[in-house]
Amino acid sequence: MRNLKVVAGNGLLHRRTFLAGALTGYALVQSASAQQLTDDPWSLAPGNTVPDYGTRSRFERNVVRTLSNPNGEPRNQHARTPHHLLNGTLTPNSLHFVISHTGDPDIDPDRHRLVIHGLVKQPLSFTLDTLSRYPMASRMSFIECGGNSAPLFSKEPIQANVQALHGLVSCAEWTGVKLSTLLDEAGVDPKAKWLIAEGADASHLSRSVPVSKALDDAMVALYQNGERLMPGNGYPMRLLLPGWEGNMNIKWLRRIQLAELPNMSYYESKIYAPILPSGKAYQFYFLQEVKSFITHPSPGLAMKGPGFYEISGLAYSGNGRISKVMVSADGGRSWAQAALQEPVLSKAFTRFRMPWRWDGGAATLQSRAWDEAGYVQPTRAEFVALRGETKRVPPVTGFPNEHYNAIVSWSVDRSGEVKHVYA
Amino acid sequence: MCTRSIRGYLVAIALVLGSGQAWAQTPNLGTPMTQTDIAAWDINILPDGTGLPAGSGTPAEGARIYVAKCSTCHGENGKGGTNAKLVGGDPIRDMETEKTIANFWPFATTLFDYIRRAMPWRQPRSLTNDEVYALTAYILSLNKLVRDDETMNAQTLPKVRMPNRDGFIVRFPDRQ
Repeated sequence: MRNLKVVAGNGLLHRRTFLAGALTGYALVQSASAQQLTDDPWSLAPGNTVPDYGTRSRFERNVVRTLSNPNGEPRNQHARTPHHLLNGTLTPNSLHFVISHTGDPDIDPDRHRLVIHGLVKQPLSFTLDTLSRYPMASRMSFIECGGNSAPLFSKEPIQANVQALHGLVSCAEWTGVKLSTLLDEAGVDPKAKWLIAEGADASHLSRSVPVSKALDDAMVALYQNGERLMPGNGYPMRLLLPGWEGNMNIKWLRRIQLAELPNMSYYESKIYAPILPSGKAYQFYFLQEVKSFITHPSPGLAMKGPGFYEISGLAYSGNGRISKVMVSADGGRSWAQAALQEPVLSKAFTRFRMPWRWDGGAATLQSRAWDEAGYVQPTRAEFVALRGETKRVPPVTGFPNEHYNAIVSWSVDRSGEVKHVYA
Repeated sequence: MCTRSIRGYLVAIALVLGSGQAWAQTPNLGTPMTQTDIAAWDINILPDGTGLPAGSGTPAEGARIYVAKCSTCHGENGKGGTNAKLVGGDPIRDMETEKTIANFWPFATTLFDYIRRAMPWRQPRSLTNDEVYALTAYILSLNKLVRDDETMNAQTLPKVRMPNRDGFIVRFPDRQ
């Protein structure tokens, strides 16, 4: 262990430290004294009947979303993804984050319609069956609520775990019909500069999208990680706008109107218009910018004594691929480049990994991401200078502002406890 | 601000964003629709008033509907309850200023659009167009943005000037 190459302060090791062959012959940690092996009951009798729709082990029942409104009171509902209990880059469908403003509609797919109208040559209606005959495409894409990480606008770091702070982002493989194909069929009038997308939910939630995005990489998604969409994620069809504000990715998509002007809907007029320190507010924010956070270790995942750990986390950008992630264990004084899990895909989660030998002392862990467009995740000080912070400490479930993407810091103390800090 | 300049502003944003067209062959499986087929779903209102239906309503009419259908959640006279207040609001200072209709919403047409598509929360799409106009007129009058006797309809509503109309910076495409 002492011969491993330390590349940055507080024990960060080179990202290729554990690639095959690099460590032949090394015992990394003294093994605990072994016990004599015996057969357990599950090895001595046949197991359970295989179910028709699989569920996880009963020992994993604590891996759940947290609910902001578990009794369905008449207001919106948030279900947050437990990133600290997951790994890899895909979010399982049952753990994908959900925000529903008027509950999840129980849509009969045979009765659902998608209508395209407005400034088009021929208004058209599509059923799920019809759309299922179209050429399809698949892509990985993260979807992030514009209000994800909003607790970090607090003037003081709120003690909460990754799920509470960053649980309103998830990543899935989406399969469906390119929106440009359907727009071509309807024939978009060149006067149309916006499309207004609307859901079949009780709030008939609507958002305006520039036609340029619709013709670029927008999709009417029918499948999520290989199966039909989950009800909370838009069953039977949703708009997918890779890399753009989650609320714009209209779920339960039933109507697209081409128009010369945006709708100026409630959500674009009020909710997703972040107030700046000047008192002015951003309008049409759209992009989810380059961002990363460490999931392991993180608050609530206590360290179990000095020795080896893998620091890992998620990086993503609405601008394209992640080009680099740097990790610090000394609060940003020194940095080392993390390994990026292949494949690194545009507008999708990229898992970064950094080997770490924790010496048992105080450490402050940070990650910082770059994207292929050249944007870099800001420090919190840089971010606050531009966007501000609260004067009071808001509730962890509150949304004091939107579009937070600055560096996140976790402190590790000598007992191994991990806390959220500003560093 | 006149209607033309609203359009100029919003069209300019989209033009800068670009609107390249890419035509291609498609399977042509969509079912042609007529405007009559679509009418029941055609509920988008644009900020220049496009889409506003026939009908009208006054603040006094709206006040009666409000008591019956809105006050349970939004409180007496729009003062707020379990859900957002609809009247008043401090000038926007920073992110901790509560956003209200009067201090934040840029267009009055959004009131009609949102009430008609989403309210009342438990019975969306249950209001007539006249009732939506009346509630819009009532809420605007509570906020002193129209007179107490002013009728709202497709002609008058888009002309209502909202105080924070110029309080916004278009975020994108400022970095292109």
